[in-house]
Amino acid sequence: MISGLIQAIMLGGYYAIIACGLSFMFSVMRIINLAHGSLAVLAAYLIFLLADRFGINPFLGLMIIIPVMAALGWLLQRYLLDKSARGGELLPVLTTFGLAIVLDNLMFQRFGANVRSLAPYIGDLSWDAVELPGGIFVGKLSVIILVSAIAIIGGLQLFLSKTMMGRSIRATSMDPDTAGVVGIDPKRASALAAAIAMATVAVAGMFLGMRATFEPYSGASQLLFAFEATVIGGIGSLWGTLIGGIVLAIAQTLGANIHPLGFLIGGHFMFLAVLFFRLMRSRSSILAWSKSRMSRAI
Amino acid sequence: MQLDIQKLDARHGQLKAVKGVSFSLSKGEIVALVGANGAGKSTLLRTIAGAHKASGGSVLLNGSNLLLKTAFQRVGLGLALVPEGRKLFQDMTVEENLLLGGVSRRAGSWTLDKIFEGFPNLLKRRHARAGTLSGGEQQATAIGRALMSNPDVLMLDEISLGLSPVAVGLVYVAMEKLTALGTTIILVEQDLSRAMSFASRIICMLEGQIVLDAPSKSISRDDVTSAYFGKHRQAQVEKH
Repeated sequence: MISGLIQAIMLGGYYAIIACGLSFMFSVMRIINLAHGSLAVLAAYLIFLLADRFGINPFLGLMIIIPVMAALGWLLQRYLLDKSARGGELLPVLTTFGLAIVLDNLMFQRFGANVRSLAPYIGDLSWDAVELPGGIFVGKLSVIILVSAIAIIGGLQLFLSKTMMGRSIRATSMDPDTAGVVGIDPKRASALAAAIAMATVAVAGMFLGMRATFEPYSGASQLLFAFEATVIGGIGSLWGTLIGGIVLAIAQTLGANIHPLGFLIGGHFMFLAVLFFRLMRSRSSILAWSKSRMSRAI
Repeated sequence: MQLDIQKLDARHGQLKAVKGVSFSLSKGEIVALVGANGAGKSTLLRTIAGAHKASGGSVLLNGSNLLLKTAFQRVGLGLALVPEGRKLFQDMTVEENLLLGGVSRRAGSWTLDKIFEGFPNLLKRRHARAGTLSGGEQQATAIGRALMSNPDVLMLDEISLGLSPVAVGLVYVAMEKLTALGTTIILVEQDLSRAMSFASRIICMLEGQIVLDAPSKSISRDDVTSAYFGKHRQAQVEKH
């Protein structure tokens, strides 16, 4: 049981990596990027290509793909999302939904239906384990993923609070018009934020390929996990995505313990339970607020 | 001429909020912009700052046409606006708000320390979130944030709105120090006697147009109030 719990926490680390980019983009640019999972799969394919064709180690490949994905994020924000965001809140959702379909099918056309994995290119790392006190074995890769999640989220948090660029991004997310009057280029801040989000997507894509397999249509399920982790952890909170990811993974593990097919259902159940709880709480606070208004009016 | 505005127009949809406004300021001049609510004062300042789109005319600052630049580029050219309602970044600390004001990296004498020297009441609130400050402290932070860009021309919109008389007094004491530095100032002020004593020149707007533009020493309070309410124009109508 304890072993299962520890495995779930490790899996939560992966969910946090894929969720933090989604959460970051939403909190800064108010864009729910439905192409998030597909972009992670694209990054996984690019790293796979480098490994397969040129024999480049996936960790080294990631160093090449991070700038590529960041540039892609910059261009997407500058030429697609920024324009569609001006058309209201719904338009970016539709735009990224369309983008996801285009990406999925382009990848299907280019790479075919074969299931791929990065595991063959990382040697014994894919099965190596370390022993924890108490005779519990955890996969080395899982530990690397969890540590990376903490490093990425901690790094993002530091960047946002300690650097001028980070502050500009936060200011733009709070009030883009005032940011402009103060001297910040809001478009540049948003494009930079998208570039950073896509850099985390590249990391998520690599770990997806290392710990499991992927195919052109894997994006949707990755998006779903990221979305659930974000909502459970609280939208817009970066550390929240780590907690959300871990809670999601624990719920999935519990579900799988109850029934062999319970893995996904356990996660969905937790997601719905948290969502329901939040709705009830906000409903009761709205009720309390309107009651106090009424009593004041009387 | 440091700031030269010619035939500036700005609209809110069908409504012409600013109609053919022209005036120019030389360096170090302090102008108070007065007029009733809806006269177009805020729209005029926001249009100069680039927060509102101009529909015609020109605005030259040190020779470059601001209307061709975005809002943030105008800050880099030496223009700063303290917006109405202060518009601080509420979730950020006082220090972070001030640091963001310096994002354009214009050279000049204003630093974080200088701001805290000018507004000593902010120093102990340095790490407090802007949303938790009192109105006076928020206004001081908003002015400090604008000063951090080392502007040549500083525009202040309704700085005493919603402040206690004591807080307004404190803000103006700090502003006196500013005038000594030779910063050109345009301020919107509802308190006429304060406007007339602080500024060297009064511009009164009515329905989007300038109806009075004179040195504050050469005019009386009554001159300004009659322009303010458009009495001068009414008299003309009655004559016809």
